[in-house]
Amino acid sequence: MPGKITLQLKQIRKVYTMGEHKIFALDGVDLTFLEGEMAAIMGSSGSGKSTLLNIIGCLDRPTEGTYILDGEDISDLNKNQLASIRNKKFGFVFQAFNLLGRVTVRANVQLPLIYAGMDKKEMEARTKEALAWVGLAGYMNHLPGQMSGGQQQRVAIARALVNSPSLILADEPTGALDSKTSIEIMAVIQRLNREKGITVIMVTHDKDIACYCRRLILLKDGHVVEDTRLDHQRDAAADLAALTEKAEAEA
Amino acid sequence: MNITNNFQISFSGLKANKLRSVLTMLGVIIGVSAVIIMIAVGQGASKRISDQISSMGSNLLMVFPGAGQGAVRGAGGSVNTLTLDDAEAIAELPFVNYVAPELSSNATIEYEGQTWTAQYNGTTPDMQGIRDLSTVSGSFFTEDDVADTNLVAVLGKTIVDNIYPPGVDPVGTTVRVNKLAFTVVGVLASKGASIGGQDQDNVLYIPVSTAQKRLLGVKYVRLINVQTATADSMGYVQSSIESLLRDRHHLASTSSDDFNVRNLASVLETAENATAVMTMLLASIAAVSLLVGGIGIMNIMLVSVTERTREIGLRMAVGATEGNILGQFLVEAMVLCLSGGIIGILLGVAGAKIVSVLAGWPTSVTMFSVLLATGFSAAIGIFFGYYPAKKAAGLDPIEALRFEK
Repeated sequence: MPGKITLQLKQIRKVYTMGEHKIFALDGVDLTFLEGEMAAIMGSSGSGKSTLLNIIGCLDRPTEGTYILDGEDISDLNKNQLASIRNKKFGFVFQAFNLLGRVTVRANVQLPLIYAGMDKKEMEARTKEALAWVGLAGYMNHLPGQMSGGQQQRVAIARALVNSPSLILADEPTGALDSKTSIEIMAVIQRLNREKGITVIMVTHDKDIACYCRRLILLKDGHVVEDTRLDHQRDAAADLAALTEKAEAEA
Repeated sequence: MNITNNFQISFSGLKANKLRSVLTMLGVIIGVSAVIIMIAVGQGASKRISDQISSMGSNLLMVFPGAGQGAVRGAGGSVNTLTLDDAEAIAELPFVNYVAPELSSNATIEYEGQTWTAQYNGTTPDMQGIRDLSTVSGSFFTEDDVADTNLVAVLGKTIVDNIYPPGVDPVGTTVRVNKLAFTVVGVLASKGASIGGQDQDNVLYIPVSTAQKRLLGVKYVRLINVQTATADSMGYVQSSIESLLRDRHHLASTSSDDFNVRNLASVLETAENATAVMTMLLASIAAVSLLVGGIGIMNIMLVSVTERTREIGLRMAVGATEGNILGQFLVEAMVLCLSGGIIGILLGVAGAKIVSVLAGWPTSVTMFSVLLATGFSAAIGIFFGYYPAKKAAGLDPIEALRFEK
């Protein structure tokens, strides 16, 4: 089971000033994540869950507090250093996929590698591997627009894992998908977590999706109000198989 | 991340919006080709004028009869003041290399029934040195021919082509000039057209004395060409000619000159200045269209940045630095400008050719104008691409990712 600490948030505050008012999007969050964890962050809108994920993903910087990533304090890094950390350590999966519609699947998946400055041959090999891993080996030259939502999200996952990140951050990864496709995507994410040992932190508002994780963090008004281990993690692959069986039985 | 990647990204971006890219480039294409065509036309004209003027001879002073510039082609009595003796006296002055008086008129040339109208030019052998005349057959007439008023002629190429059957060497034959029989002693090499588009080969040279006494029955010459030894001595020679002629013509100190010395170098300079001003004028009008093209590029780049806000956010999320984004959009603007520039250069060169063929106006596309246009379009790319690129690079990745079209 996971043991080593991968990231630690200490007394993280994020304050937005709107004129006279100060809004505490995050108000003293302490969280520790271990390597290989799979955690869901839940909370109503405005609870600060997206802000928290953005701060974890180095897309945003906390107003106060300390952020230690793999033993290194990264609270005071500049924009370029943060860009480099995002490139090397994180993979992002978004609700809206955020694929570039005008270029091929290959170019989309290669995007993080281009900014990593990798040579062409290795880029190609890694892209192939990542796409094969999400089950889209034959789709290199497709355009995202020619693919279904589930396939597009799998391309996005391939993009997230292509540069071998230690963490994958997912913001409502199933938010734009129907429930069966959602389970499909969760199966890919679970596999990523189990087989590759990548730490997964995802934001969701869907309890059914959260129960595919092993840890549930509940935010309210910028505070962590609940942080529990889920002892009965559901297995998405099994659920998917059951669903398919059921559909066949009905047919 | 390197510049090659930037180019790949830019090309795929531009390819994805082909029509828009081409329309954006159009501004630069038109601007660059306009600059090139305008400069080519201007410089072609300038080159032609200076070529023509220098083909008349270098270090050349021309002495015209009559007072002042305006009287050069003036009427009647005042134009008869220069004589062969004046020319001989000028030849004695220091720093004078060649002196060639000219007395010309039109005549009908006839050879074995073939007739042709051409200009005859009565002069001295010094004309060869001044006009840089050479013969392809035979030789120029001599000082003795001038002294003896011999009926000898040197023919220009156009005359030969028009009155002689092909393959006949005119040297030694007899032609009739206004019915008077002349022995042909030489045929000149071709000189081409003059400034005014006049055929400089449709001329025959005869001794000036022959023209005066046998053809026209006059004692004056129309003008005297004087070539000085060096360019520096032109001013000196000019003033010595002026005082010499005033003396020879017995002019009182109160009366004005009855002749007029023109310095070809200053004529050349004036002509060059005039064409340079014209070239600059044309080029600056063209440059304005290049500027408008540049603004068009900025406009499109701004639209493109807004349209691609999410893409920028995503690129930042996967590790693009501000510099990467800045580079991407700058390169994109530059690729637009430079490819527009290159197409513009090709069109400009072709356009300049078309102008010279259709209008019969000489053009010369110089390396300078090509470099200028290329440099200008690259500079426009950077200048007008910088603001949109800076705007893109300054985006906040979270806001950019959240951006709704």
